[in-house]
Amino acid sequence: MDLFEYQGKQYFAKYNIPVSAGGVALTVEEAVVEAEKALYPVVVKAQVQVGGRGKAGGIKLATNADEVRLHAGNILGMDIKGHVVKRVWIEHASDIAEEYYASFTLDRAAKQHLLMLSAQGGVEIEDVAAKDPTAIVKLHINPIVGLPLATARQACIDAKIPEKALDGVADMLVKLYECFTKGDCDLAEINPLILKPTGEVHALDAKVSLDSNAAFRHPEWEEYAATEELDAREQLAREKNLQYIGLDGTVGIIANGAGLAMSTLDVVNQVGGSAANFLDIGGGANAELMTAALEVINSDAKVKSIFINIFGGITRGEEVAKGIVEAVKRVTLRAPIVIRLDGTNAEEGRKILAEAGIPDSQLTSRPTMLEAARAAVALAK
Amino acid sequence: MAIFVDQHTKVIVQGLTGGQGRFHGLRNKAYGTQVVGGVTPGKAGQDVEGIPVFDSVEDAVKATGATASFIAVPPKAAPAAILEAARAGIGFVVCITEGIPAQDEARVFATLQRDFPATRLLGPNCPGIISPGKCNIGITAGEIAQLPTASGPNVGIVSRSGTLTYQALYELKQQGIGVSTCVGIGGDPVPGTSFVDCLAEFQADPETHAIIMIGEIGGSAEEEAAEFITNHVTKPMSAYIAGVTAPAGKKMGHAGAIVSGGKGTAQGKMDALRMAGVKIGLNPTEAGSLMAEIVNNLR
Repeated sequence: MDLFEYQGKQYFAKYNIPVSAGGVALTVEEAVVEAEKALYPVVVKAQVQVGGRGKAGGIKLATNADEVRLHAGNILGMDIKGHVVKRVWIEHASDIAEEYYASFTLDRAAKQHLLMLSAQGGVEIEDVAAKDPTAIVKLHINPIVGLPLATARQACIDAKIPEKALDGVADMLVKLYECFTKGDCDLAEINPLILKPTGEVHALDAKVSLDSNAAFRHPEWEEYAATEELDAREQLAREKNLQYIGLDGTVGIIANGAGLAMSTLDVVNQVGGSAANFLDIGGGANAELMTAALEVINSDAKVKSIFINIFGGITRGEEVAKGIVEAVKRVTLRAPIVIRLDGTNAEEGRKILAEAGIPDSQLTSRPTMLEAARAAVALAK
Repeated sequence: MAIFVDQHTKVIVQGLTGGQGRFHGLRNKAYGTQVVGGVTPGKAGQDVEGIPVFDSVEDAVKATGATASFIAVPPKAAPAAILEAARAGIGFVVCITEGIPAQDEARVFATLQRDFPATRLLGPNCPGIISPGKCNIGITAGEIAQLPTASGPNVGIVSRSGTLTYQALYELKQQGIGVSTCVGIGGDPVPGTSFVDCLAEFQADPETHAIIMIGEIGGSAEEEAAEFITNHVTKPMSAYIAGVTAPAGKKMGHAGAIVSGGKGTAQGKMDALRMAGVKIGLNPTEAGSLMAEIVNNLR
């Protein structure tokens, strides 16, 4: 789960990482109230989960209430790369002497934590890496050893963080690492990490991605889930407890297992179609799950055909078939279904489907994934 | 021969009295696996259809001589369960639990590496392992696995995805091709056992003559496998990578399946494997057909 900047900063603050005083606003008037609290000059920042806000005009300086009204008015509702701005974050403007970069992630190849640190911040780290890879210090951290202050200091020296900022940045790294580990982040990034003319270091931005598997030990994450930007289909799928990702194509996909679902998308694409979604109904495929899945697919106006791809491992073919027949009876479908049922007891399952009395215009069955994909794509054209 | 587990493997089930543990533990036993005990704290002295239950892994190992453990407990309890098994001297731990936080997985892996190097963890979030006709630990339906033949050629399977593992088993069964061992390494960010670990074992296993590998988007495990294949694997291979059309920045069901910053794409993985001499199928069936050709050439 990706956090908005303001949420990331609030999360950082829990781990004593210095951030600017500020508040979030949904309206122009709220923005003015937050600006008065933060004290002028303030920065009005669009809250979207996409890079390039500044260039798009989503970050503006304001020195009085009228300017806040002007900028907040322009930014709220603005479309930044397909993301509509619903909130602005208002914070006291910081004086900047220097800009650095710091982040922690999991390096899956090394199976260890990875610190990336650079004295060149404020720009995309990928650009720094492309121009001068030596400008980024990469340090692996064994998760059961952690990051002692002395190690953090050495990393700062290696990254050529200037002497005047060294203690501050090293301290910040230790705190950010604690936020990353105890806070169950997939990513904790500060860019830029600034040095003020007064000598303090400070997180001017916050990019935090949380590991949703750890939600059980973070009840405080519920408020973040409430602001997650899901489209209507994704919202419905979440309510039904389904693994769903909305896409732009015309073939609705239902499969059991994440790998098979991904594979189904690929095969639809190979035969010239495009998937409307990724939907994994998991190991079981009973009537309740199938009904929920069909309801979600049905809510997508772009769907012209539905491809149900089930491989019975533990779940037996006849159970799957019964589930589908039951679900088709419950949901008034807007698009025809093509089903590929294979694996354990697939023949019995296909027999149940064939004898259920569902007209061919609503449901047809194909023995292989490729043939079913072709049929579904033809129906979607 | 087979890799990691065979007819001599004695298995305990941690969480045998729970819903998942009972269901799959009994299925594994019915398949012919030596399921010798279960562990549920506070339930020592009970039994599950004749399988004795113990309070701790240590007690179970002492009483039964178990060498492998099947962990089917919820995500909160799984990290401690894995380490308990390692501490009790279990050499092979299969953890099917889905939803363990990545931070916990990283700590467990580092702890195993430092304190229990003799213990191998398979998973978490994996379907398990089956050496057909000998041992089945996990959730694979044993009947879809073709038995290996003494003369071969037999195929080893290693996969990151559960349903695609079954699909691979099924494709080989349709073609009448025997399977030496089928390993599901799981789709999580920090798997205990990697493609490379399995490829090394398959390469050394005289009963395995060819290998199918099923990967998916995210991370760099397939690229590392490609490098290993180039340098160490002489047995013929086919592979399939799921997620060619997966959009960037979205987790495709598995916590590990994500394309980020242009890294971990299916195309990059397929290219790397092709360079290593692996035949690439564009869908699971094609990978199965390619394997059938390979096997026919070996016959």
